Amino acid sequence: MIAEIVGEFLVLFGTVFYFLSSLGLIRMPDVYNRMQTATKSATLGSLGVIIGVGIWAIGRVGSYAWLPKTLVIAVFLLLTNPISAHALIRAAYKSGIPLWEGSVVDKYGEYLKKEKEVSDETKEGEQ
Amino acid sequence: MEEASRISRYLYTVIVLFVIWLFLTSSLDPQELIIGALFSLIVAALTYEVFTEKGLANLHPKRIAYAAAYVPYFLWAMIMANLDVAYRVLHPKRPINPGIVECKTVLKNNVGKLTLANSITLTPGTITLDVKGDRYFIHWIDVKDATVEGASENITKPFEKFLKVIFE
Amino acid sequence: MIGINVYLAVIVVATLLSMYRFFRGPTTVDRLIAVDIMTTITTGLMVLFALYYKRAIFLDVALVYAVLAFLGVIAFARYLEGGV
Repeated sequence: MIAEIVGEFLVLFGTVFYFLSSLGLIRMPDVYNRMQTATKSATLGSLGVIIGVGIWAIGRVGSYAWLPKTLVIAVFLLLTNPISAHALIRAAYKSGIPLWEGSVVDKYGEYLKKEKEVSDETKEGEQ
Repeated sequence: MEEASRISRYLYTVIVLFVIWLFLTSSLDPQELIIGALFSLIVAALTYEVFTEKGLANLHPKRIAYAAAYVPYFLWAMIMANLDVAYRVLHPKRPINPGIVECKTVLKNNVGKLTLANSITLTPGTITLDVKGDRYFIHWIDVKDATVEGASENITKPFEKFLKVIFE
Repeated sequence: MIGINVYLAVIVVATLLSMYRFFRGPTTVDRLIAVDIMTTITTGLMVLFALYYKRAIFLDVALVYAVLAFLGVIAFARYLEGGV
């Protein structure tokens, strides 16, 4: 009985964050800020829903075997989601999408420019 | 960094694989256990060279204790981050102030750096954009301090004190 | 309390909302983020379906789906970066 209530609460919590993540996907002004809101909320939402199902199954299905398996899925998502977010945001930057006009600093752009100057100088030195 | 002996690395891989097998099958039937042990031994023999550098030293009690303390700390930081993001999404004016800042880290180990980058991505309004050596380039949704020292103080410091013990 | 049907419905609505971003764009990376979110949400949906039908085998489907979706997104991101 307690397992069902705890599990259902976790699933509710996760569902709310799923909804928030898709809302953030629509409302934010540019790629980078969409990434911020969407990936984080979706990861926490998955943790809530998946582990919640594992706990809920103890009451609803009557089996303890679900919890370890759902834990494996949750940990896998927790490890891989930030990596795909990182790969996507770097792809966005490298394919030349500009930052939002309200952005404050861009240290990465400065760094890349400096790298490029250095490599140009060494090329000229070689010639 | 010097590498641990081959036997220690092999045994560590076997243990990790067997634990994953236990979680996946979630049963204690002797047949499952025997097959799992067999496959762990075979797969570990093929993969231990790329899987780990330190071997059994990873299972030091102090490291495990810090890892166990890190999990609830990290989950709490993650929930706080998401409530913050939810506030920014639902607020009608969208109070954001984004930018890309640079951070320095004291971690040397590759796995430690990966974990730090992942933790940064999942917590308050920050995503790791690129890692070059010990320099982290981070997209921050609400820039409070654009200097290298200030940003490091805000973003990487809270995690480093755990990760230094777990991975170094 | 609320019942599993309601959760399934809300998750489907969330998927449809991210599909709006998928069709709207404007850049390729926007569409890819939408795909990433949709696959993450679908993994959760599959796990919830496993509970709905009380079949543990659907959990394995969800796990394999998560692995494949991750590989797909990484491959697309590498392609956009210019080095497959």
